[in-house]
Order: sequence, then structure tokens, then C-alpha cells
Amino acid sequence: MAGNSGNAIDPIHQFQITNISSPIVIGGFDFSFTNASLFMVVTVVVATLFLVLSTNRRGLVPGRAQLMAEMSYEFVAATLRGSAGNEGMRFFPLVFSLFMFVFVANMLGMFPYFFTVTSQIIVTFALAILVIGTVTIYGFFKHGAGFLKLFVPSGVPALVVPLVSAIEVISFLSRPVSLSVRLFANMLAGHITLKVFAGFVVMLTGFGAAGIASAILPLVLTVAITALEFLVAFLQAYVFTVLTCMYLADALHPSH
Amino acid sequence: MSPDENKQSKEGMKETDRHLSERLEKLGKTLDTRLDEASAEEEPDRTSAMSGLSQAWKMSSEFIAAVFVGGALGWMADSWIGTRPWGMIILLMLGFGAGILNVLREAGKVAGPERRMNSGKKQD
Repeated sequence: MAGNSGNAIDPIHQFQITNISSPIVIGGFDFSFTNASLFMVVTVVVATLFLVLSTNRRGLVPGRAQLMAEMSYEFVAATLRGSAGNEGMRFFPLVFSLFMFVFVANMLGMFPYFFTVTSQIIVTFALAILVIGTVTIYGFFKHGAGFLKLFVPSGVPALVVPLVSAIEVISFLSRPVSLSVRLFANMLAGHITLKVFAGFVVMLTGFGAAGIASAILPLVLTVAITALEFLVAFLQAYVFTVLTCMYLADALHPSH
Repeated sequence: MSPDENKQSKEGMKETDRHLSERLEKLGKTLDTRLDEASAEEEPDRTSAMSGLSQAWKMSSEFIAAVFVGGALGWMADSWIGTRPWGMIILLMLGFGAGILNVLREAGKVAGPERRMNSGKKQD
């Protein structure tokens, strides 16, 4: 644990953003290369290298790496086809990239001393805005003003239509927020919990034999939570993908 | 065992065989209908029921996000138009409504906008 500099173990320290390069300022905005940027680049490189290397020697009988790459393809394709239909497959590059990015970033975050990119709300919010922007632009591009029908349900008395469509608009706008908050909060809470329980082990072992004996419980919990975090890392990438597919389905057929 | 008795028991066997096959058919039919009903009931929430934890996360974040967005919209409208408390009060309440709608939609109690429009089309 890297908590010796302070008097207590600091569970928030792992989320601190630090500059790696010398500060780069363009037009009053800070574009410095930080540890977050570094791990985003690492995520993209790892995902790309994995897919390229595992598929460059394609065998009829897939090897282990090729099988994993094919499984991830099949998995995302099945999810997308299931919720958005065959028409939705035109968004496959976007959805697959999103899934791989979130999944690899979550998994990289499980390494000790690594920075978890998805525990920063601005990163997840940018991803969610990308999704909802695609939905809105494609919806208007394909259906024109008919896309607005999404907000005006038929069969509602004309008197309540303004109220209902106001609520529908807010409900639509809340999607990127909930999409990003869910991923960010899961990763943040998981990593803090892990650090706190691991910190208990370190603190208790400082209290002699009785402390070491009572440190067994948090140690067991830390191992269990680590396993749970691997599950959460996958599950959140999956949930992000499923919801992206559902929103894309809205853009494809707001009414038909 | 006399041959007469044997014959009788054979006939009895035939009788019970027919009876059994009839019962089997009837049972099979009821089983089919039961299974159909069960699968029809399970269909809508199989997609969302990945695990209770993820569903809880989903619902709470949907609700909080809608209230948050409503409040933020109201605050922005107020600072642009200058209707200090009213925009935020009204939009926060609308956001609350949208949050309830999100949660109910998530739980499958209210149809999504797409599905509801379809049913509306059918009535036309």
C-alpha cells in the first residue's frame, strides 16, 4: 500500500490526476498529458493489439486468443442484434469500440498501481454524450421531424401533451447522465471499498499478535471483493453496451 | 395360471395401456400450455434480470439522474430568463416525475415510448 506518506491510508489517492508532460495550454485550455490520458492511450493500444494480434493468423480451428476475440465479437453482435435488429448492425463498429474500451479500461484498473480511467466521471460522461449524440443526430437524419414523435406519445389527451412531453424530454436527457454515473460510481465505489479493506489489514497487523489474528477477516473480504470487482468490471461494460444498443434502437425506429 | 386367466389379464393390460396413453396425452397438453404460459410470463424481465444488484444500481441511478437533470435545466433556464425561483421549482418537479417514469419503465410497469406508440397506432 502506498499510504506511508500520510499518517493514514488514503483511499482517494489513487484517483488523483497528475501531469506527466510539461503543461500544454492551447487557447486557455489545459491539454497537458496526464496519467489519465496515458491510461486511455494504454487502453486503446491494448485493445487494438489484442484484436490485431489474435486475428492476424486466422485458423479454421481458432487458438485461445482468436477464440477470445471471436467470442467478444459474437457477444457484442448478439447483444446489438437482439435489441436493435439487423438494421442496428451498421452501428456495430461504434458499439464494439465502446465495449472494448470500457471493458479493457475496467480490467486495467484492476491491476495494482494502475489508474482506472472509467472512475473519472468526465470520461464516462464523454462516452455517454457520444452515444446520445449519435442517437439524436442519426434519429433526426433518418426520420426528420418525425423523430420528435418519441416525445409525444399518441393516445394522450391534447391538454396533458405539454406536460407529458416535458417529462419525456427530461427522461431522454437523463439517459446520458444515468449511463455515465452508473459506470463511474460502480468503479469508484468498488476501488475505494477494496482500498479501505486492504488498509484495515495493514493497520491491524501493526497491533501485534491479536491484530494479526483479527486481520484475517478483512484479508478474506479483500480477496472476495477483488473477485467481485472483476465481475463488476465485466458487468458494467456489458450494461453500458446493452443500454447503448437500446438507445440506438430508439433512433432506428422511434415509430413504425 | 390357467390360459383363461392369462387372456383376461392381457385384455386388462390393453385396457390400462389405452387408459395410460390417454392420460399421457392429456398431461402432455397441459404441460405444454403451462410451459407456454411460464415462458410468456418470463419473457419481458429476462433481459433486465441479470442480477438484483445491477438492477438496483440501474433504477437508483435512473431516478437520481432525472431529478438532477430537471434541477439543472431549471437552474439554467432561471439564469437565462431571470425567473429566479420558479423555473427550478417547476422543472425539479417535472424531473421528479421523469425519474418515477424512468424507474417504472425500468421495472416494466410502463411501456417504453416506442412500444406505446406501436399500441397507439394499432388503435387508430
